[in-house]
Amino acid sequence: MNYIKDLFDFLSAPTISFTLLTVAFPFIFPPTDWFDKKNKQWGIYKLWTNKGAFWIFMSITFFFIIGYFDPYFNLTMTKPDNIPIILMIYSMIFVIWLGMKKAYNNDARLDRGEKPEEWNDPDDKVLVWPDLVYIELIALILFMVFLIVWSILIGAPLEEPANPAATPNPSKAPWYFLGLQEMLVYFDPWLAGIIFPIFIIVGMMAIPYMDINKKGEGYYSFKERRVGYFIFMYGWMVLWVFLIVIGTFFRGPNWNFFGPFEWWDPHKVVPLTNVNLSEYVWVKLLNKGLPTNIIAREAVGFVAVIGYLFIMPLLLAKTKLKNLFEHYGPVRYSTLMLFGLTMFALPIKMYLRWLFNLKYIIAIPEWFFNI
Amino acid sequence: MAEKEKKESLLSRLGESQVWKSIIRSGVPRSRRQRMYAVLGNVFLHLHPARVPKHAVKIGYTWCMGGLSFFLFVVLTITGILLMFYYRPTVEYAYTDIIDLTEQVPLGIMRELHRWGAHAMVLTVWLHMLRVFMTGSYKPPREFNWGVGVLLMTITLFLSFTGYLLPWDQLAIWAVTVGTNMARAHPFIGHEGPGASLLAIGDINLVHMGSDVRFALLGGRFVGEATLLRFYVLHCIAVPFVAMIFMAVHFWRIRKDGGISGPL
Repeated sequence: MNYIKDLFDFLSAPTISFTLLTVAFPFIFPPTDWFDKKNKQWGIYKLWTNKGAFWIFMSITFFFIIGYFDPYFNLTMTKPDNIPIILMIYSMIFVIWLGMKKAYNNDARLDRGEKPEEWNDPDDKVLVWPDLVYIELIALILFMVFLIVWSILIGAPLEEPANPAATPNPSKAPWYFLGLQEMLVYFDPWLAGIIFPIFIIVGMMAIPYMDINKKGEGYYSFKERRVGYFIFMYGWMVLWVFLIVIGTFFRGPNWNFFGPFEWWDPHKVVPLTNVNLSEYVWVKLLNKGLPTNIIAREAVGFVAVIGYLFIMPLLLAKTKLKNLFEHYGPVRYSTLMLFGLTMFALPIKMYLRWLFNLKYIIAIPEWFFNI
Repeated sequence: MAEKEKKESLLSRLGESQVWKSIIRSGVPRSRRQRMYAVLGNVFLHLHPARVPKHAVKIGYTWCMGGLSFFLFVVLTITGILLMFYYRPTVEYAYTDIIDLTEQVPLGIMRELHRWGAHAMVLTVWLHMLRVFMTGSYKPPREFNWGVGVLLMTITLFLSFTGYLLPWDQLAIWAVTVGTNMARAHPFIGHEGPGASLLAIGDINLVHMGSDVRFALLGGRFVGEATLLRFYVLHCIAVPFVAMIFMAVHFWRIRKDGGISGPL
């Protein structure tokens, strides 16, 4: 048993688990023909069958059962405010499974030249009274029962009275913001706490204007919208939901990483050996001191950021993404690139941190301008 | 035998009575026409069209998550109003009022209902969004309504966040401290944000700890008495008010954009 626990502890380190998820993701939601072929070859699509659901459900439950009997994980898991996260894990995965199952079903129907399952003769409608109202009534009664049982079984948490002088370690934001708090490891607050949330909101509002694929409206379908599905699912499930899970279960005192079955040792020592890009260039590469002029000091970082966000899309528009650019037009294309590249900046920065101990690409603490 | 059939049940006789008809406008809906009137003539039900496509009533298509989110909003409003009877938003009383609530109210689960309902609402809103994405229901002509939905999701999170402070325990103030600390770093208008130092006249900084956006949010330099009152007002009045306006638009636009999405 300890062997399994050690394995879980090892696997859940962000470096490992995030990498595994990121690598596995295009095979689970294949955005291109090649990935689709591999998906079929390795039978990954079988996840979206009843058997697949059984195994997904069993493995998550297995993890939580071991966790429940583990003295350390039990402490985190059974915190009343963490119950919603466990519900989130189950419900989120269940609805994705259900949606994907229906999507594959519909894809097969479309291949056979049939209409999607949801299609009905437009003239053949049902009456809202009673066909819809009674479903709504049943749904809300059942949900109310669920809520009442939940409320009776688990009391709302109430800790000691507020004390501004005693900072708990770790101090965590409400659970739905823990993804953002986890981003703070890799980005400064002005990005992780302000710019990224704004970009997430505006970027999500912009989805219907960036996705101009007319197919797949009003029914579950994967094949017709696979690139859109891949990007959205990666952003939602990995960069949001999974970061919440890390932030809740795997972050202990001083926001250090702890495996689920590890004791939250407040004295755990983690070396802070992160180096700025400017120090890499000026000190390590050129063997000089840092220049006093701020702009000269951070020039490489500025080139990298501007190159990534603005020059690269321009070059891509001329070369590899020429078709996309022509299809989308300049405004739509730049919006897509701005939001898309900002989103992928998060995993990129995470890997730069893990691989090269890179702290900031642009480091101007004098102006609070660190990227 | 024939006379027995003529006798109507008490329920349907009530349904035909003057009092009932004056309230509900139509009698017991029996025919197709009457059933349509039952929806059209009811201020709450006429949120729905009189008839919907068959797939719209299938739980596998909608997961019922949008409806449940609205239902939870109603549950939270009702339980919230009840909690307001007991709760005073001051540093002196807030915590003890919560203790009072747990210890003095027999079988009281109002706070539990409110708290778990709030967590559940965050989940149902997320699941609703996931469903809308997976069915491609944000595509034209529903782009605008997707945008309204994203804003409603943000509002839901903010509602939950402002409510998090009210118990005034360690969990509350430190979660809110961590959350609102982000506002320090707001570009230009947070005192530790990039560009804030540019907003200065000579040596006098316009954006400092006592004048930045975090100060406006907290009503002070740290989470204290003024913050509690501010979050209370935001939580009970201001944000629900905004949420209701957006919800009205959201529901109205569903109808205007052609009802529930579906394959053509």
